[in-house]
Amino acid sequence: MSTASARTPKLGVQAATKVYQTGSGDLLALDHCSLDVQSNEIVSIVGPSGCGKTTLLWSMSGLHRLTAGSILLDGKEITGPRPEIGIVFQEANLLPWRNLDANINFPFEIKGEKPDRAWIAHLLNRVGLDGFGGKFPRELSGGMQQRAAIVRALALKPSVLLMDEPFGALDSFTREEMNRLVEEIWLDTKTTIVFITHSIEEAIFLSDRVVVLTTRPGRVAKIYNVPFPRPRSLEIMATKEVFDLTNKIKMDIVGERVRPSTPERPSAEIVRIRP
Amino acid sequence: MSGGDAIPEFSKAKSGAKSGDGQEVSLTNLSAFAGGPGIKSGAEVAAILAVAVVIIGGIELALRVFHVPQYIMPPPSSIVYALFDEFPLIAPHLGYTLVELVSGFAIGAIVGLVMAAVITQFPFAEKIVAPYILILVTTPMLALVPLLILRFGFGYTPRIIAVALAAGPMVMINAATGFRRVDSAKIALARSYGASTLQIFWNIRAPMALPMILVGLMIGAIFGLLTAVGAEMVGGGFGLGNRLTSYSSMIQMPQFFAVVLILSTLGILIYVLFFLIGKKWASWET
Repeated sequence: MSTASARTPKLGVQAATKVYQTGSGDLLALDHCSLDVQSNEIVSIVGPSGCGKTTLLWSMSGLHRLTAGSILLDGKEITGPRPEIGIVFQEANLLPWRNLDANINFPFEIKGEKPDRAWIAHLLNRVGLDGFGGKFPRELSGGMQQRAAIVRALALKPSVLLMDEPFGALDSFTREEMNRLVEEIWLDTKTTIVFITHSIEEAIFLSDRVVVLTTRPGRVAKIYNVPFPRPRSLEIMATKEVFDLTNKIKMDIVGERVRPSTPERPSAEIVRIRP
Repeated sequence: MSGGDAIPEFSKAKSGAKSGDGQEVSLTNLSAFAGGPGIKSGAEVAAILAVAVVIIGGIELALRVFHVPQYIMPPPSSIVYALFDEFPLIAPHLGYTLVELVSGFAIGAIVGLVMAAVITQFPFAEKIVAPYILILVTTPMLALVPLLILRFGFGYTPRIIAVALAAGPMVMINAATGFRRVDSAKIALARSYGASTLQIFWNIRAPMALPMILVGLMIGAIFGLLTAVGAEMVGGGFGLGNRLTSYSSMIQMPQFFAVVLILSTLGILIYVLFFLIGKKWASWET
């Protein structure tokens, strides 16, 4: 019992099951999905489109209720939004009628707390948004907006950061830059991060572990350890180990869609997993 | 990300002047309803003024050359003269009309806004109420004025009620459109910080609805002006509408047109007022 509590995962997903009621009947999005995320770990969740990645993340955030199963934060079941959990949404999701400062203050206004000015200034400096506090979201590039969203999420000092395909809308250079930023922030804060992505490269670059979900209904198909040292340089990312791991995960996701002859010599076309 | 937002700009901005876009696009909705773009550059203003001079000068010239009698169409110069000459007599009536407009509009706008905010929270109630709102919007409230006069006499009361009835549904239907613009990601954001329903309303729904609310207020105010003047023409001894009937019955056409000029100025002021409010508070849109 004592050993079990000592190893309580930061986030424990236990047989998470989610059914959506739609006009054309029930849709099973998640089916007994189980997964543990340890403290200070970065875990990426990848899988084919519509596999329930986002559903899983939103359930972790407490914004969605599971149909069955449970998700525990530090051993306590999540039944609604929790202050220890920060979320970075798809696209930046800034409020367009507020400037950056006001956007970052928004969580504090809702909670009726005083914002920690020094910490926010530190974060803004960290992501390179010094002096942009008076700008409105429309005046910023997509990458800058997403950085501001990361600052907003970290401003409350969450112990878990959930990131829902945060960089999907960015161009690949900006995306790599943002990945490096997330790594830096993680090295700095060691916040537990759960990261949803379509990009296997992004998942491998960022994660300690990559979780592959099956096609709907989402179940955990495989979990890969990513043992490469940090910070992960371009050289590391160009090694054969990384390449092989990337391909293995691609095979898992593409699955039966790949003809049996291809696994020997994976070609670039397989990367396109969208139907 | 901003690619999707940019689309409406193309369909709207015909001029293609990049410098003006920032101001013009800020209130696409308002300017669309008013049938023209917003603030213009100096050269454009000069061109508009030049056209005005040519048209007004041309009318003046044509009326004088062809000896058109005053009771058919007075020349612009005599309208302007009448405006200044008669203004002390017209001014109190302008005041009465403004009182009716402002108080009726305030009542209608407040009721319309509250109803829109409440109704949109309950989709089922909204479905039930929608057809009745449509009837209120499409029925010219002017038609009720004789009835209101029978009940409330010739004072302010029937007019203020008519203005409120005309403005309220316009404000409501537009505000409801605004409140219905739910961005689930933004609401989820607020909820993730534990926001209450009321906090979500004030911090997410209301700001998102604001551009449409302003459109509703502007249309409501202009409909209110129409209704106030119309009600004054139906009965009662004061107000700009009463001046219109009185001057036309006495064939005092320069004075008649002077009142028309005052009314169109009022309309333009209403538009400019809401345009400026929109520019200040709703320019984040697009």
